[in-house]
Amino acid sequence: MSRFLLHRGAIALLVAITVSIIGFSLLRMSGDLAQVLAGDNAKPEQIAATAHLYGLDKPIWQQYLDWAGAALSGDLGRSLFSNEPVARMIAERIGVTIQLSLMSLIFAVVLAVPLGVLAATKPNSWLDRTALGISVFGQAIPNFWFGLILIIVFGVTLRWLPISGSDTIRHFILPTVTLGVAVMPAIMRLTRTGMLDALDSDYIRMARAKGLAPVSVLFKHALRNAILPVVSLTAVSLGFLLGGSVIVESVFALNGIGFLAFQSILRTDFPVVQSIVVFVSFAYILLTLLSDLINAYLDPRIRLG
Amino acid sequence: MSAGAEERVLDVQGLSVDLDLPAGTLHAVTDVDFHVNRGETLCIVGESGCGKTMSALAVMGLLPRRARMTARRLTLEGRDLLTMPARELSHLRGDRMGMIFQDPMTSLNPVYTIGNQMEEIYIRHGRGNRKEARDRARQLLEKVGITAAKDRLGQYPHQLSGGLRQRVMIAMTLMCDPILIIADEPTTALDVTIQAQILRILADLQEEYRMALILITHDLGVVARMADRVNVMYAGQVVETGSAEQVFTAPTHPYTQGLLDCIPIPGKTQRGAQLGSIPGIVPSLMSDIEGCQFRNRCDYAFAACGAAPIELHQLGPGRACRCLLDQSESLANLKLKSAGVAV
Amino acid sequence: MTAIPRDRAIQLPRGHDLAEVQAPSPPEIMRRRARSHVGFIIGSTVVLLTFFVAIFAPMLTQYDPFAQDLTKRLIPPVWETKGSWEHIFGTDGLGRDYLTRLMFGARISLLVGFGAAAMAGLIGTTLGLIGGYFGGKVDAVVMYLVNVKLALPGVLVALSLISVIGGSVWVVVLVLGLLFWDRYVVVTRAVTQQIRTADYVTAAEAVGASRFRIIVGEILPNVLNHIIVIASLEMAVAILVEAALSFLGLGIRPPTPSWGLMVSEGRNFMFFQPYLVAIPGAAIFLLVISINMLGDGIRDITAPEGRN
Repeated sequence: MSRFLLHRGAIALLVAITVSIIGFSLLRMSGDLAQVLAGDNAKPEQIAATAHLYGLDKPIWQQYLDWAGAALSGDLGRSLFSNEPVARMIAERIGVTIQLSLMSLIFAVVLAVPLGVLAATKPNSWLDRTALGISVFGQAIPNFWFGLILIIVFGVTLRWLPISGSDTIRHFILPTVTLGVAVMPAIMRLTRTGMLDALDSDYIRMARAKGLAPVSVLFKHALRNAILPVVSLTAVSLGFLLGGSVIVESVFALNGIGFLAFQSILRTDFPVVQSIVVFVSFAYILLTLLSDLINAYLDPRIRLG
Repeated sequence: MSAGAEERVLDVQGLSVDLDLPAGTLHAVTDVDFHVNRGETLCIVGESGCGKTMSALAVMGLLPRRARMTARRLTLEGRDLLTMPARELSHLRGDRMGMIFQDPMTSLNPVYTIGNQMEEIYIRHGRGNRKEARDRARQLLEKVGITAAKDRLGQYPHQLSGGLRQRVMIAMTLMCDPILIIADEPTTALDVTIQAQILRILADLQEEYRMALILITHDLGVVARMADRVNVMYAGQVVETGSAEQVFTAPTHPYTQGLLDCIPIPGKTQRGAQLGSIPGIVPSLMSDIEGCQFRNRCDYAFAACGAAPIELHQLGPGRACRCLLDQSESLANLKLKSAGVAV
Repeated sequence: MTAIPRDRAIQLPRGHDLAEVQAPSPPEIMRRRARSHVGFIIGSTVVLLTFFVAIFAPMLTQYDPFAQDLTKRLIPPVWETKGSWEHIFGTDGLGRDYLTRLMFGARISLLVGFGAAAMAGLIGTTLGLIGGYFGGKVDAVVMYLVNVKLALPGVLVALSLISVIGGSVWVVVLVLGLLFWDRYVVVTRAVTQQIRTADYVTAAEAVGASRFRIIVGEILPNVLNHIIVIASLEMAVAILVEAALSFLGLGIRPPTPSWGLMVSEGRNFMFFQPYLVAIPGAAIFLLVISINMLGDGIRDITAPEGRN
């Protein structure tokens, strides 16, 4: 197992470096950076001075290494817009995004897994069709629109829940539902498929032949096998939620890093954007690695080789 | 010694299983009888698709969702399984009757240890606590010839070889000391060298525990080794029954004769002689039966064979045949006769 | 974040997840299945209808989607009390007929959906074929590319790129096509690996057929029906993402009537004229569901015999 993880770790490292290079390039894409920094009316000498000040006249690979080195020690540069340290800007807002992502994931899993299990025990029943219907709905609905509809219905018409800001946990309910509904379908379908396969298998037939109680057959034997890919998907979904929260945060005015990224893009504040892109990518890579670890642990065939 | 119906461990009469498929109804099993007594081994023989596995699953109550079963009689130790509620039936499974499946790798749950999977049967059927279960599991593993049993209990299925896994399956089935064991092709997935070992284990265990054993197989070699009595099945029906000796030395049904002809017998079959084969294929099980199912492949068929479904004729105690041929003539003689040899 | 179906985790499909590759069922069986498959019928009907509306939009309406009339702002749809049959879906904040804008918006959605799915399909299928056929180091490179792509937050990168390059239909198609090809790779690669060892491929190699001919001539036709199913899925995703990008203001630029943009513009009036938000969003929803049903239908219909 350790060889397997070492292999995965090496790939993850390679991917991480590549991603950081891509992220680094994002900043350089918007034309001459020195010009942007110096201002529209700057004269050539001023632009050159600005370039030298920011180290933009060094060879590109050197710039990358400088940047990477600084980033690893926590210095992500400064915002072009507010001159704040980017690292601090992210740190202030990451809590909201993490809270939103975790709540959405839990919401999705708590709905999806039981639904998937139930659907699999009675294939083609009304329960199954309902579950699949919910899955189709969640996948097709544009979640910015869904968020707005929820705001209209629950925030305005019924006035049950607040519609913007992130002060209390009640503020997170509508955003959680919006985001959760997007992530739920894949988890439910994977659970359902996994359970259907498991229930069809020889070892389940054996379990029944042993006279085990139906609950035990379903949960101890079938689900334990079916859940393996679902755990992986869940870990990976979390990484995806962290990066994809930009729309929901915008709709609900939540001050998370997604919203920050969006604002920064509009303001062409690329140091911030670049840092967030790299940060989110790294989180995703780490979570994927984590899911490999969990998978290896849960499956004795991998754990004991 | 003939046992009356009350002394039979398992008594099945008139069993039929139909499968509802999109293309129509498949008659997997049609009007099948069989029974087993204590300490007796019944072999159900036939090729793939003849209904032998379905019959076994019907007895255990493990038929797939789309299957419909009817029977005149289905009792285990005198208890009626036909009207028994599902919950009670599940208490009998694993406890009074057990089943061993063909592929031990896929029949064992990959994420739990051997010990766990063995102990849970014992505990589920209220035979004792976990410690007692573990002791019994260890005992049984040793009984089936597995050394270092204690270590094996903590291992996972993928860590064992095929032969070992099948031994584990046998031991597992014995945890609650069932009165009936059904083994569905227990050696088919194993190496030839291991096959003999497994059969030997089964035979020894039966001698010791005196359980009734139903052995399902397509391999006549297995039948020769293990069977007290034999049921030959073809296209969902029983076509011949009898003691092992009777069926092997004096088969009455052309299909049985055909099966035997396919096997080379050391010492008897001449070098270079052609092995028999049965031309044709098994008929579709979707349509209703119009006559003898075997007539299209039979050397002796005549017009009456296609007229109406053939009854199972009793030829003597424990001996029956589903064929219109005059049973006073042995098939061997009939063959010689039709070849023009005076008998 | 858009509703991107996220079962595209790095987990590669296990052997038995991907049904054994057999020859797709013959046309007669497909026709029979198509006739009785409810999802396929509904899905294809709606999609065809949308295409029809998109193509013939100018002839179906008397209004110009760009024509503003500030005297006719915010007229509600016909089913509300102040509505009229003159403007069936009402008018928006600039007095433009909503139904007309909806119809012309269909063009954008279909164009972007198709274009992005096609481009992503081209990139992804090529990579998948190469990786699956050659295996070894080539395959390792392909998987490495897929992993890099998966790690990048698609929407954020798309937003960044569009803000730099500028927002037009073609830019959006380009960016989406460059960012959503990973599922194609995963499936094409897996199928190619399976077919790779088939006898007819070995035969072609033995005869000396060039690698290119083998890939395009033998393997590609068999991968085709998988690709079509994925293409439909990716088309739906592209439509959703374009809508989201336009909603955020970094996709299609006004006054072009993208449905996502219409929702964004309607947001200002959301509380008193909710129809401005409800109608275009519902259109997106219906189109995406129909495409998904169509894709599922195609998958069921072309599945090899004996799958069940």
